Amino acid sequence: MSVALDIVTITAVSAGAFFFLAGTVGLLRFPDALTRLHALTKADNLGLGLVVLGLLPRADSLRDGLKLICIWLLVLLAGATVSQLIARVALASEAGAPGTRQRPDSPAPTARHDGPQPP
Amino acid sequence: MTTASALEMVLAAVVLGLAVWTIAARDTFAAVAGFIAYGLLLALVWVRLAAVDVALTEAAISGGLGGVLLLGAAARLRSSETLASAERPGGVLRLEVALLSAAVAAAIAAAVLFLPDPVPTLAPAAAANAGATSLGNPVTNVLMAFRAMDTLLEKVVLLLALVGVWSLAPDRFWGGRPGLLHYADPQGVLAFLARLLPPVGIVFGIYILWVSADHPGGAFQGGTVLAAMWLLAMMAGLADAPPVSRRWLRLLLIAGPVVFLIVGLAGLWLWDAFLAYPAGHAKPLILAIEFAMVLTIAVTLGLLLAGAPERSAEP
Repeated sequence: MSVALDIVTITAVSAGAFFFLAGTVGLLRFPDALTRLHALTKADNLGLGLVVLGLLPRADSLRDGLKLICIWLLVLLAGATVSQLIARVALASEAGAPGTRQRPDSPAPTARHDGPQPP
Repeated sequence: MTTASALEMVLAAVVLGLAVWTIAARDTFAAVAGFIAYGLLLALVWVRLAAVDVALTEAAISGGLGGVLLLGAAARLRSSETLASAERPGGVLRLEVALLSAAVAAAIAAAVLFLPDPVPTLAPAAAANAGATSLGNPVTNVLMAFRAMDTLLEKVVLLLALVGVWSLAPDRFWGGRPGLLHYADPQGVLAFLARLLPPVGIVFGIYILWVSADHPGGAFQGGTVLAAMWLLAMMAGLADAPPVSRRWLRLLLIAGPVVFLIVGLAGLWLWDAFLAYPAGHAKPLILAIEFAMVLTIAVTLGLLLAGAPERSAEP
């Protein structure tokens, strides 16, 4: 039984490390922001997911295992949100509009976070 | 050489390399990005040194809120950055700065290298008296009981920092809302995250405070998480920063130090020493102080990041 669990751990963590490596190579080598983000999400989502999967048999208790899964879910949420926001800024700056600018119709200067202004 | 020590050496090399890169980077934004990564790696170093409480603080402050603060500063400096980098200080000044930096580095290195053997430590005394408070986490023991005075003063320093930020407000906006008005698409990704994450983050922040009695954690780490949730809601445009003249805001800002001082003065009056806790009742008193503290820390850090009042109180 423990040998089978060891094999699960070694296989999954190695596969996770491979995705982290591939994601890092992609981050360094891909030509533009969107493809680099694509590479990065592979490392975050799949790589960390596989590492967590491999560590689950090592968890001392059910609670520790659930904590590991929570970490993965939170990273998924953060990674997906941040890559959406970065992609929007990248698209907007390609179109010639900076990510943060002053709204012409508002009296106070405004910090924008969500891509181009709706018309 | 074991795997663990190999990992530690790689970690130390990467931290040192990143520190050099952060100093050498000419672009402000790149230097800030390097500093944030440096803070997160330093948190890993603290974990390897078995100082998990310090690691949590390092990740929360240096990798988290400190990073956001520096990013905001970099964004404000962007318009003058080309001008500033075109200016090069004179040779004499640069030589003086280099000498001063080298002297500081040499003094710190000497202090570490010529430590007396055995190294003076209060750890055995702290461990021997751990039973006095019925708290299981020795770090919380030191912070809230043995060296409670330091913790009290540290919170007052936070308030002084906020006074410093607020004093940058132009006179006509005094009492107004801090920082820029944030606008984000109410149906957008950021607003979605700002609705989804705070319930999780608030529970997690209070959990970090609650477990600090027996496990790594504490008011500062928990308060940082709460402040981050508040800032997320502000940045997504879901909650505007309150005007700094609000009475409830001022009361929250002083709640922690006031409760701390009341308990401290009660100790002076009833049990013969400032910040003395009565035997057997230390834990509830410490928890009361920490709960008041976590509110104060969350509000103070949130307002520190929101910045000086720049708008009138009317939205």
